[in-house]
Amino acid sequence: MAQEKQPQRKKIEATGQMMKIMSDYFYDLNDATKATDRKVAWCTSVGPAELLRAMGFAVHFPENHAAMLGATRMATELIPEANTIGYSPDICSYLTADIGAYLKGVSPLAKAYPGIEAPPRPDVLVYNTNQCRDVQDWFAWYAKELDVPCIGITSPKNFTDVSDILIDDVTRQIEALIPTLEEIAGQKLDEQKLRDTVALSRECTELWRQVLESAASTPAPLSFFDATIHMGPAVVLRGTQQAIDYYKLLLSELQQRVTDGVGAVDNEKHRIYWEGMPVWGRLRQHSELFAELQASVLVSTYCSSWVFPDFDVEQPIRSMAKAYLGLFIVRSDTYKEQYIKEMLKKFKIDGIIYHDAKTCPCNSNSRYGMPQRLEKETGIPSLVISGDLNDLRCVSDEQTRTNVEAFIEQLEER
Amino acid sequence: MGDTLHARPTETERRMAQPVYVGLDMGASRTKVAVINRQGVLLGHTVRKSGIDFGVTAALCLDSALEMADANQKDIADAVATGYGRNNVAFVTEKTKTEIGCHAKGCHHSFAGELTIIDIGGQDNKIIKLDAEGRRDSFKMNRKCAAGTGAFLEEMSSRLDIPLEEMNNLARQATEMIKLGSYCTVFSATEVLENIRHGKPVADIIKGIFYSMIQRVLEMDSLTEKVVLCGGVVAHNPYMVEMTEELIGRPVLLPEFPQLTGAIGAALYAREESNKR
Repeated sequence: MAQEKQPQRKKIEATGQMMKIMSDYFYDLNDATKATDRKVAWCTSVGPAELLRAMGFAVHFPENHAAMLGATRMATELIPEANTIGYSPDICSYLTADIGAYLKGVSPLAKAYPGIEAPPRPDVLVYNTNQCRDVQDWFAWYAKELDVPCIGITSPKNFTDVSDILIDDVTRQIEALIPTLEEIAGQKLDEQKLRDTVALSRECTELWRQVLESAASTPAPLSFFDATIHMGPAVVLRGTQQAIDYYKLLLSELQQRVTDGVGAVDNEKHRIYWEGMPVWGRLRQHSELFAELQASVLVSTYCSSWVFPDFDVEQPIRSMAKAYLGLFIVRSDTYKEQYIKEMLKKFKIDGIIYHDAKTCPCNSNSRYGMPQRLEKETGIPSLVISGDLNDLRCVSDEQTRTNVEAFIEQLEER
Repeated sequence: MGDTLHARPTETERRMAQPVYVGLDMGASRTKVAVINRQGVLLGHTVRKSGIDFGVTAALCLDSALEMADANQKDIADAVATGYGRNNVAFVTEKTKTEIGCHAKGCHHSFAGELTIIDIGGQDNKIIKLDAEGRRDSFKMNRKCAAGTGAFLEEMSSRLDIPLEEMNNLARQATEMIKLGSYCTVFSATEVLENIRHGKPVADIIKGIFYSMIQRVLEMDSLTEKVVLCGGVVAHNPYMVEMTEELIGRPVLLPEFPQLTGAIGAALYAREESNKR
């Protein structure tokens, strides 16, 4: 492809505010570790964070920490540390990077936030295997290492419909966590607080949905690469007012871009759907690569996974169960394909890119014939690129570039 | 389907050669340059090892191909680069196309109709599907793995201590075939050494290596009726073409210069670029 000029990367003005609330969040977590009257829970990213917040826990999300290890390109050097103690390079590179960082005594938090040395020490570890088994194995390692309790939800998997039977199951599992959490927290669960937290989560995810759906406009005001950064508050501050205030600010900026016809990519010619995890250590390069080609990667399954329309204050625990079961990753291919087809239509997509992440089979949907089935049904071409979320040893920049350029050439021929 | 590609231009065609269009295929293993005229006739071409200085190699290849075409640098109406080092030849051209696009263009120039193109290169392999108009329906490149690529063959040649250029004739002499079970290059090398240790004939082992390469490529995608084979590996190992035909149960199409399809495709793109002006 001829490269006539370098594309402008459009800065989102709200980024400064996001950095501030993320900074406040990490300092608060750090303070919670030192405070005698506060408890820290580690939680998987679609674990029962609402319950934990309602019970006063400061909540740390190791997946967020692992993504930071990836984005700062620290992960690739740390993963081997976990490999040497028996955690294979073929398993989740969030797990191996995070455990590797612990073993090596390093953290991106220490570089970004003076005064913070490491993630907060947990009082309890709470998982939900709706994402994968690896999160349970990950927390189990810390449970042994730090001698803290590890409890969680063992989620049903690969179902098409979120049936009452499944919701009953997960509801009971969430309820079963409460006595242990009350004992560690030193307080009873206040049901009104739980309702309030669920209401805040509901509002946060609704705003996040609107943020993402702004990209349905042409040109799209937001790219997938922007969204992977701006999803931070939806992940770690779900159930707080700060996240809501932030997404109102971001949404207003994006709505203004829509009004002004400003796209995230100059002269948007091709609209791309990203299926799978980002390559955290290559966000900038990938963003620039697509922008050079006037291709806007504007929507993804991944970022949309933090939209939970099922939260309901009238049935807080049951609605949490329903929301956690509604997650894309835990569903059958029948559901996933229907979901993607609707997204392709809503966002007026020209092509799909599947990221086959070497160490994340659950987030790599190209392995069971989905690209071929969807392409046949929709006529929308697709490309599979090999890579990884965190382990850059599994990433070939040259192959990625050639594949993406060839895919855009293919779209241009149509 | 474009105009016919002649290997040896007539004297008249040589005299008509100016202006010329150049395609540079800067592959990871070999650099290929093709020079065509306005009619799409191949006037000159070169293949050299890419080495470590793509710029120098490209310059040498370009001079040689132009000389063969009886043309000079000033006759170049346009040029397009492709391949791994496509962005390293700005002194010739800043216009680039991917090797996927160029192989598609080059093969469609030679063969009509819907095609499945199999390119086996030094660093990677590709399966490209074209519709009857030559538009790409889909393409696949190998995963980040040497299986089925020229790099695999080079590694095996080195392990067996047999020059690459002798592999084809040896494979043809095989009376049986030793199948390799693994797709990992390292594991395959171990299997090869194990077979040597057990006194198996080298020719049978090499045939097994060829078979393994073809299998790895064919596993990448389904095939349509017409299959084109191209790339340096089949250019230098025609027995692999015969084995492929046997495996898929029908003849395959082979361009006259299988190693040059990318460079010819790039030259055809250069001609299109020039026509746009």
